[in-house]
Amino acid sequence: MDFANFLIQILNSVQYGLVLFMLAAGLTLIFGIMGVVNLAHGSFYMLGAYLAYSLSSQLGSLTVAILLGAVLAVLFGLALEWLLFRHFYHRDHLDQVLLTFGLIYIFEELRSMLWGDDVHGVPIPEALSASIPLTDTLSYPVYRLFMSGVCIVLAIGLYLLISRTRLGMKIRAGAFNRDMTESLGINIKLIHAVVFALGVGLAAVAGMVAAPISSVYPNMGSQVLIMCFVVVVIGGIGSVRGALIAALLVGLVDTFGKVLLPQVSGMLVYMLMAAVLLWKPEGLFKQ
Amino acid sequence: MSAPKANLEVLPRSIQFVLALGAVALLAFPLVGTDFYLQMVTRMMILGIFAMSLDLLQGVTGLVSLGHAAYFGLAGYALAFLTPQGEAVSLWWTLPLAVLGSGLAALVIGFFVVRTHGIYFIMVTMAFAQMIFFLFFDNKALGGSDGIYINFKPDATVFDLENKRVFYYFTFVCLAGVYLLLRRLLWSPFGRALAGIRVNEHRMRAMGFGTFAYKLTAFTLAGALAGLAGYLWGAQTGFVNPELMGFHMSAHAIMMVILGGMGNFAGAIVGAFAFEYVLHALKDLPAIGTFNTGKHWQLWMGLFIVAVVILAPRGLLGLVERFLRRKEAGDE
Repeated sequence: MDFANFLIQILNSVQYGLVLFMLAAGLTLIFGIMGVVNLAHGSFYMLGAYLAYSLSSQLGSLTVAILLGAVLAVLFGLALEWLLFRHFYHRDHLDQVLLTFGLIYIFEELRSMLWGDDVHGVPIPEALSASIPLTDTLSYPVYRLFMSGVCIVLAIGLYLLISRTRLGMKIRAGAFNRDMTESLGINIKLIHAVVFALGVGLAAVAGMVAAPISSVYPNMGSQVLIMCFVVVVIGGIGSVRGALIAALLVGLVDTFGKVLLPQVSGMLVYMLMAAVLLWKPEGLFKQ
Repeated sequence: MSAPKANLEVLPRSIQFVLALGAVALLAFPLVGTDFYLQMVTRMMILGIFAMSLDLLQGVTGLVSLGHAAYFGLAGYALAFLTPQGEAVSLWWTLPLAVLGSGLAALVIGFFVVRTHGIYFIMVTMAFAQMIFFLFFDNKALGGSDGIYINFKPDATVFDLENKRVFYYFTFVCLAGVYLLLRRLLWSPFGRALAGIRVNEHRMRAMGFGTFAYKLTAFTLAGALAGLAGYLWGAQTGFVNPELMGFHMSAHAIMMVILGGMGNFAGAIVGAFAFEYVLHALKDLPAIGTFNTGKHWQLWMGLFIVAVVILAPRGLLGLVERFLRRKEAGDE
């Protein structure tokens, strides 16, 4: 593998890892703070991708579509939290697994009713459609760099939100000791709703940003969901920092596995997870 | 946060009586049923075995495995690989071998997963099942995404499994055997230790129980019994594909156990029958005008699952039991 090729694979793995992180961050926060296993998290990614498809073809601009779609996704998250999830924070994990599994079926069928079962493409915006030439034959598309850029900006934003703002302080307090936080007069229900909607929003934005590259197709949420589970397990449940490092690690292993060991590439990530579990049963960054 | 659910280990007399009647009905069914329904009930019984094997983990030990289908599918694949292209293969060594294979896979994976707890256990069992799923999905040599046909049912020498009635009764014997075995196990010291782990693992450890070994044994046994079900499934349908080990299959098994009522194995059977029936009924829904309701069965299935979780978290048997208890309280 020459240097240009190597560079492309590195960039691809970082980009994939960052998209995974956007999903895994929400998943790990929702579990860490509310104690909810959310199998339907992949559906929010799918929702984002389909929103990008519909809105960008209606509005003619992917950027506007992403901004509007993010708002819609957050509103959807708030509604879902209020209607269903709020009543399951104290329930058994088993009930949560089943509830969210049922939701996968519902979302998947609604998707089929609204958008049909065809694969759709989302055009890359003109301004980002160029490629950076690396050698005579190899080049790297600008849009992929843009994707990574969006994810990095959001990751930094998330970090600042959690560690530097008053809201973030309340979120951390809620994760640490729920009853104490509540008795100090902080509206923990509101915090939960905000965190849930934030998780839905991040997943949907990941789906929207990824849509032009991955295209938009049925069941796209399930595949990415399982990868996110692996990321969350490796990183340690509840740890956003762990999710970031694990997502990048998974991105690297998956991308290079496909190039170097194509026969077993589907399994490599899970082997990585098994190795981490043997070494640290609670993940790399247990909170 | 996740308190162990109240389990129905002992069922009221009246429910026991109805269940016994159900068993008699199962025995008599081939006398009246058509081929189509005979096959459907056989499938339900196979899923009943699968659900019971999961109940040992989920209802008895309190371990929620979201990857139980892996062991189910592995045994089906074992039969597919052991059956030659042109002839049948003997039941008497392939069945034990397939069951052992699934058990061995569960032992190896269990070694990793049993040391995790709660949500980790859920995620890790799911991830390992996906690993096995992709192993078969990605490799053409293992059948790839298309799966493998099994052209001949296993040859049992003394009876003929190609006959649908014989296959039905063979499955029934397996179902009854697994039920009796697990029921016996539930009240053995081993079963009591598993129940203790569900209620409070720390306390069990403090009392000197090596909970790791107990959980690993339960996981292995559950995997092996799931293998029995998977072998029968492969033999009945004559076809295996990676979907058998997929995420949906695992989640369906959890649903069956919940739907019937956890922790007493009879519930798992009831749940498997009810779930399979609901699935069948939803796919068969008539069209209303131009709106084809059956085509959208996933939506109804999703709503059904959500409704069960909200309205009947202790399953059908749990509902009946509560109803009976209320009635008793009213009578006094």
